[in-house]
Amino acid sequence: MQGSENIVRKAVRKYGKGRENLLPILQMVRKEHNYLSEDQLREIATEMDLSSADVYGVATFYSFMDMQPKGKNIIRICKTITCFMKGKDSIVSVLEDALGIKMGETTPDRKFSLLEANCIGWCHKGPAMLINDKVYTELTPEKAIQALDEYM
Amino acid sequence: MVMTREEKLARINAHQERVNLIFEKIDSLGLLEKVMKLENSKILEYIKESGLKGRGGAGFPTYLKWKLAADQKSDMKYVICNADEGEPGTFKDRKILEEQADKVFTGMAICAKVIGAPEGYVYLRGEYNYLAPLLTTKMNAFNEEMNQLGLNFTLKLRSGSGAYICGEETALIESMEGYRGEARNKPPYPVEKGYLGKPTVINNVETLVYCTMIVLNEGGKFKTFGTEISTGSKVFSVSGDADVEGIYELELGMTIQEFVDLFGDGDTKAVQVGGASGFCVPRKKFKETIIGFEGVPTGGSMMLFNSTRSMYHILMNYMEFMQEESCGQCTPCRVGCQQLVKGIQAIKHKKRSATYLDELVKLAKSMRVASKCGLGQSVANPFISIVENFREEIIY
Amino acid sequence: MSENIQKMISVTIDGTPVSLPENTTILDAAKLLGVHIPTLCHHEDLCVAGNCRVCMVEVKGSRTLQASCATPVAEGMEIYTNSRLVRTARKHVIELLLSEHRGDCLRCYRNGNCELQALANEYRIDQGVFIDLHKEDQVDISSPAIQKDDSKCIRCQRCVRACTELQSVSALCVAHKGADMRITTFWDKALSYVVCTNCGQCVTHCPTGALTERNYVEDVWDAIYDPTKHVVVQTAPAIRVSIGEEVGLEPGQRVTKKLVTALRRLGFDSVLDTDFTADLTIIEEGNELLQRLTQAIRDKEDVALPMITSCSPGWIKYIEHEFSNHLDHLSTCKSPQQMFGPLAKTYYAEKIGVDPKDMVVVSIMPCTAKKFEAARPEMMASGLRDVDYVLTTRELGLMIRQAGIDFTKLEEGDYDSILGKSTGAGAIFGATGGVMEAALRTAYELITGREIPFENLNIKPVRGLSGVKEATLKIEGTLEKYKFLEGVELKVAIGHGLANARKIMKQLENGESPYHFIEIMACPGGCIGGGGQPIPTTDEIRMKRANAIYDEDEKMQYRKSHENPEIIGIYKDFLKEPLGHKSHELLHTTYVKREKN
Repeated sequence: MQGSENIVRKAVRKYGKGRENLLPILQMVRKEHNYLSEDQLREIATEMDLSSADVYGVATFYSFMDMQPKGKNIIRICKTITCFMKGKDSIVSVLEDALGIKMGETTPDRKFSLLEANCIGWCHKGPAMLINDKVYTELTPEKAIQALDEYM
Repeated sequence: MVMTREEKLARINAHQERVNLIFEKIDSLGLLEKVMKLENSKILEYIKESGLKGRGGAGFPTYLKWKLAADQKSDMKYVICNADEGEPGTFKDRKILEEQADKVFTGMAICAKVIGAPEGYVYLRGEYNYLAPLLTTKMNAFNEEMNQLGLNFTLKLRSGSGAYICGEETALIESMEGYRGEARNKPPYPVEKGYLGKPTVINNVETLVYCTMIVLNEGGKFKTFGTEISTGSKVFSVSGDADVEGIYELELGMTIQEFVDLFGDGDTKAVQVGGASGFCVPRKKFKETIIGFEGVPTGGSMMLFNSTRSMYHILMNYMEFMQEESCGQCTPCRVGCQQLVKGIQAIKHKKRSATYLDELVKLAKSMRVASKCGLGQSVANPFISIVENFREEIIY
Repeated sequence: MSENIQKMISVTIDGTPVSLPENTTILDAAKLLGVHIPTLCHHEDLCVAGNCRVCMVEVKGSRTLQASCATPVAEGMEIYTNSRLVRTARKHVIELLLSEHRGDCLRCYRNGNCELQALANEYRIDQGVFIDLHKEDQVDISSPAIQKDDSKCIRCQRCVRACTELQSVSALCVAHKGADMRITTFWDKALSYVVCTNCGQCVTHCPTGALTERNYVEDVWDAIYDPTKHVVVQTAPAIRVSIGEEVGLEPGQRVTKKLVTALRRLGFDSVLDTDFTADLTIIEEGNELLQRLTQAIRDKEDVALPMITSCSPGWIKYIEHEFSNHLDHLSTCKSPQQMFGPLAKTYYAEKIGVDPKDMVVVSIMPCTAKKFEAARPEMMASGLRDVDYVLTTRELGLMIRQAGIDFTKLEEGDYDSILGKSTGAGAIFGATGGVMEAALRTAYELITGREIPFENLNIKPVRGLSGVKEATLKIEGTLEKYKFLEGVELKVAIGHGLANARKIMKQLENGESPYHFIEIMACPGGCIGGGGQPIPTTDEIRMKRANAIYDEDEKMQYRKSHENPEIIGIYKDFLKEPLGHKSHELLHTTYVKREKN
């Protein structure tokens, strides 16, 4: 708990208590802590003199603001039609098999979460996915597995 | 007129080289020095003469936006670069930011000078977070240069967190202010009351680069391209069943047929122009449909579909996207999107009769006029254009 | 009149030309012409949302329809409120809302008083075209005061705006997005586990049955029907000026004596008055204030000033969450409801020879928070649950209608004695500023031996609906005992609506509060605008109810709490002295610190 308090305070110190800094603060805490916990949202609210419900409402609006523990590495596969046309489904099954989880789940060792994302902007090189902030394009089942290996 | 892929590429590249505004290397610093000596009225005149309209999709005249903000009296103003490129099938802003960030920043600085804004923000979509380090480095250097030139303008970077709606400019402002990215009631418009209640110009990445180039060329070149209504050129993001995919800068005003001839795989049955919020043009209308504000406007997304594709599947993909990305605040969009998704599913699975599709089209038309912002209003575009042109594929 | 002549805008509405001041919304403009545009998310107490889209109109030349509640008139506008386009879109919007809403009207608590139902009725949406989308959500009944049923929610966000803007409580929020967007609380917790004050403003602002009070009507009927129980009812000051609205009368009717008869007809065994304990509150609280002033000014002791009133349980829970470091500023006096309970089950029970175990105390309150207050663990001063059931004005209305009582034909009746007699000072507790006015009437006289120098005892500066009211009273000609107060300027403030309470508390927190005494009521307008009052409640209706209360005051035999003969009697008989041993045991309380977020 001590650790998480520090992240919140650090973020608020870095960006400031003004309301307009709420997103950067949530992003930083989310990034450093892997997800936003109930206590952290409460603490952010207290530090910024906002209500916790208000902060919760904002956090739940944005799909990257995870509020459940996620894997250390987050895989987001683009689900736009063009990536689908290029074989997104086969990439999903390969990854599901390799990780032993279903779409939306996190591996028991908390190493990977497998999620879908709306268009990630690589339609001409689909199927595409993000692992954390890194982009992988023109995926084949082999390339997808290779990409995973970088994080194993 | 069947061309090989190589022939197509050669043609496309020739077209692109002729236009070549967005990706041309320029001396930004030199331009800025020059610009700072220009009268604001002169800059506005260049932009006005160019006929430039916003390249994000909505097509509001850029000159007018700047002028309205410039005319506001306020102790503070902002210029914001909308880099929340989320429209499915659009990816050109990513490349522009990667390769031409300086020209984006220069466009912002020109705008800032004209309207009198000491601060600027780039709102980058969360999916492009990997660009943040690069942009931050370039931005710091740019700020330093502005400082050395003695100019009072500082740029900052803000990131989104996965919300398509934040591309809508008032939703973007809400997000920057630390709220849910929900569109505001208009008026007031951002040029009057924008970020933190101050006059704010929000321009798309590509628009800003065009501003830079229009001022660099003293109004020339850009306006020699395109049509009377759609002047200039546009960066297209081409994907789907295409021989040639990728990012290309082309003149506005070509027909879909010309476009398909250049990019298609020879079997194109439909082109979705403008992404999930855009229009579907079927083969029979390729020849009569112009790409531009007089025909089908686009933020750049061109998705090509050949005869092997199910239009039902494509429509479902768009509708599910809209249902998920609607902010949820207004009734027509929040509930309407759900009804459209469930409705076409019910028809497909014979739970509802085919005539229910007509009810859904009527609903979509109401959503077009009743929704609070561009997202809900535009759901009707793909829905009606796909349903009307591919009715059988939706039903059976 | 101001020198700046307001700019006038000319528009036409459905073909009729009209000229209106700048910034008038299309909705208000139409209203002036007698054109009713339906609304749902709009509420005059709240900021504009423009999200339900029911109030759309067509403006010639505009690509889309405009939300009339959110769009100001502009020069030359041609507005059409009922064109084909408008009607089609509006019907669609209503149908969409109905598809999202669990349309279980016959079993709904708001059946007959639901804005969505009225709209569906107006537009005769008899055939559901669209697919039913409502989710069978669990109804949240965790709170003793308020229940929340998401399946009936139409996401108009009126509750959220009431909770955040009017009340700055922010227990409710809008969360998630798209199809999943919903009105919820922090981390989707149940209402009783968040900072909800139970004030009920969400309930009075909800257009449907999504937010309602927890209703205890059946429990009260059971008690009434139980021959072994002696059921005592107490009526809050604000009920007598609002219950009329529940039985078909216009707002602002004062029906005290008919109310008494109605309660007897319902079968209550003793019909008594919270106004009596309002008077008692003034005696206890007035003395407490004087005690604190004595300690602070004469004895230079460290004592918490300003002292703040404690009658409003929504306010109490709010300060316990939000400003828990300042609980010592609260008067230790219980609210009139909770003074009544233990007195009924001790003093009164003994007088009428009823075993307190066989007594059921029911209170009729303009308030939902009172339900929570009655259930607080410490509220058992009599050794039993002091107040057994709390009904809102709306629930009482339901009972009267169920019993088939024609209110207008009722004879007038008088409250039972004892605990039934009151003064005008007790009556005005129901309006914002009323406690202050009543306290000043008594305190000034205690200090100086003379009546407070306001015409006809009406202390006008503390009345009215402005958010924070202030007054200064110079004390002159003190009695010997209060010599130290000679020349002191007594500064008081009144806040109603918790957003105003917050302002006052922020000032206090910053050490900048100039006041000696502060009255705070959780609800806008005070209890006349309480969360248990008839729906709708607007400022116009609040004013009518308040005027009725001041009218009641003016017509009372006694208008100062300390002159109430039953009050004099109870001190002589039972309590002995203000702030005495018995008082502390039965009439004073303590507060708890709660989590801020």
